[in-house]
Amino acid sequence: MAQTSHGVGGVGYDAKKRAWPAEINVFLALVILVVVFELIGRIFLGDSFLFNTRSDVSAIFNEARLQIIILQVSIVGIIAIGVTQVIITGGIDLSSGSIVGATAMIAMSFAQVATVNGNPNPKAMFLAQGWTDLPVIVPVLVAIGCGLFAGLVNGALIAYTRIPPFIATLGMMVTARGIAKWWSKGQPISFPTESFAGIGKGLMPVIIFLSLAVLFQLIMTYTRYGKHCYAIGSNEDAARMSGIKIANHKILVYVIAGVLAALAAVVLSSKNLTAQSGMGVMYELDAIAMAVIGGVSLSGGRGSIVGTVIGSLIFGVIISGFTFLRLDAYYQEMVKGVIIVGAVVLDQWRQRLRAMRA
Amino acid sequence: MADIVLKTENLTKRYGGVHALEGANFELRKGEHVAIMGDNGAGKSTFVRQITAVEQRTDGKIWFDGKEVNFTGPIAAREAGIETVFQNLALADDLDVPSNLFLGREKVLFNLGPFSILDRKYMRKATEAALVRTAVKIPNLSNTIRHMSGGQRQCVAIARTATFASKLIIMDEPTAALGVQETAQVENIIRTLKDNGEPLILISHNMRQVFDLCDRIVVFRRGRIVANLRKQDTDGNDIVSYITGAKTGEAELAA
Repeated sequence: MAQTSHGVGGVGYDAKKRAWPAEINVFLALVILVVVFELIGRIFLGDSFLFNTRSDVSAIFNEARLQIIILQVSIVGIIAIGVTQVIITGGIDLSSGSIVGATAMIAMSFAQVATVNGNPNPKAMFLAQGWTDLPVIVPVLVAIGCGLFAGLVNGALIAYTRIPPFIATLGMMVTARGIAKWWSKGQPISFPTESFAGIGKGLMPVIIFLSLAVLFQLIMTYTRYGKHCYAIGSNEDAARMSGIKIANHKILVYVIAGVLAALAAVVLSSKNLTAQSGMGVMYELDAIAMAVIGGVSLSGGRGSIVGTVIGSLIFGVIISGFTFLRLDAYYQEMVKGVIIVGAVVLDQWRQRLRAMRA
Repeated sequence: MADIVLKTENLTKRYGGVHALEGANFELRKGEHVAIMGDNGAGKSTFVRQITAVEQRTDGKIWFDGKEVNFTGPIAAREAGIETVFQNLALADDLDVPSNLFLGREKVLFNLGPFSILDRKYMRKATEAALVRTAVKIPNLSNTIRHMSGGQRQCVAIARTATFASKLIIMDEPTAALGVQETAQVENIIRTLKDNGEPLILISHNMRQVFDLCDRIVVFRRGRIVANLRKQDTDGNDIVSYITGAKTGEAELAA
């Protein structure tokens, strides 16, 4: 008996019961969506969604469109990477959009030039102090500091007062938006240094988004931190009994989410060459939607950064597809809403089906 | 004293005026499998909770592995070598088997604080070894616990206790929620543990199981130990009379 192997033959074993990664389903959804837009385009507009149709350009794909698809979701995508980790741990972060606003304002005021066209910068926050033309590392570090602080407050509130993450981050959402408005009394902050403006130039947001996605996908898969995220999200009591320090871990997760939101703020304000107090409104919901569409379970324990990246691409394809079909932006929002709910419903069905088969 | 793994003296737990456990004197020797029986509310689980420090005892002393111990919590008890299979399984549904076995004590390749790189290969190997040692059959180690049957889950929970060179395993009704076939599987694992000489405390309501698997039976009634009998000196009817109170008084072993 002792020499029996652990191999095939356990109770009620069925080889077909192997887990089918949720990411594949999401990827299929993305492919189907692209095919639908391609077909509608060919039939009704006589134009291709995905492929190059211009004779003066030698390329297989419509590269401009592909770039736009991913560029327009990169900044929210950076936030979604952090939000994904929060949701996997069983929490939620509603504050990321406001953290973007507040961080953009504060960081931008340390990234301004002294003179514009020979005149003193009219928007400079710290002209009198001489804090202008600072090296690019200063505003970036200030931004990271802001995100770190906001995440620390979120995490500490959730871990030590045990209030629901929904409430804690709702508070931060309102407060951070207030800070964003108060910082310059509602005035936009503009004229960044050239080096700061370089962060969000061209395809830089895409590169930053994808590098961070790869980094965190590896962290979630191969490190203790990632393992504990899934463990806490899937059974917090079991995690506690196993000796995982839940409070510390939660604080770390929210700090990472805060810092990622802050990095998104740097990229966004750099790309727009200005910071405004209304920046990032609704980004938190878009980020959550990307994660949910990407197969991250709102009840925690399931999902991946890869899924969220595919979810963000679905977002990008919808926006580009509607523009391509020359449909109003109003329809985009309506369809986005339907897709978010649809993704969750589908996931629930899939889970129930699986539970029935198990 | 040398071959005694666990010893309690006058172990007592009161919740306000309720005397859940009163003056329990208990001994467990190396390689011994002891069953704890008793009616609901007799103090079986309370007894275990004091040993594993899930609760702090009101009075009494505990010796474990030759030393007097005062565990601050279940994690301290586990680190000392007491592994418990809880009634409600402490498994993370969305993690696979190796991750659950090593939950909270992952083996790492490089230590980078929370971002330490996991030694997945080692954990997989160790998991396979533990499953072989306990004769647990799990079809696919990469499957998440969510996709497993109740019996398989229980087997994983038990294999976990056997992975970490534990000095004492405590199981609180490991087969209460299982079907016939799954119960047989868990019982086989317990026999394997016996063959390996691992000491075990088994809380069970199942008389056949207790007589099959254990060397000695300790009966709790109303918070007190009322019987401590070797398997060959007793039978089912005798045990039932102690459980129900038809027979009273502490029946001591003529050791």
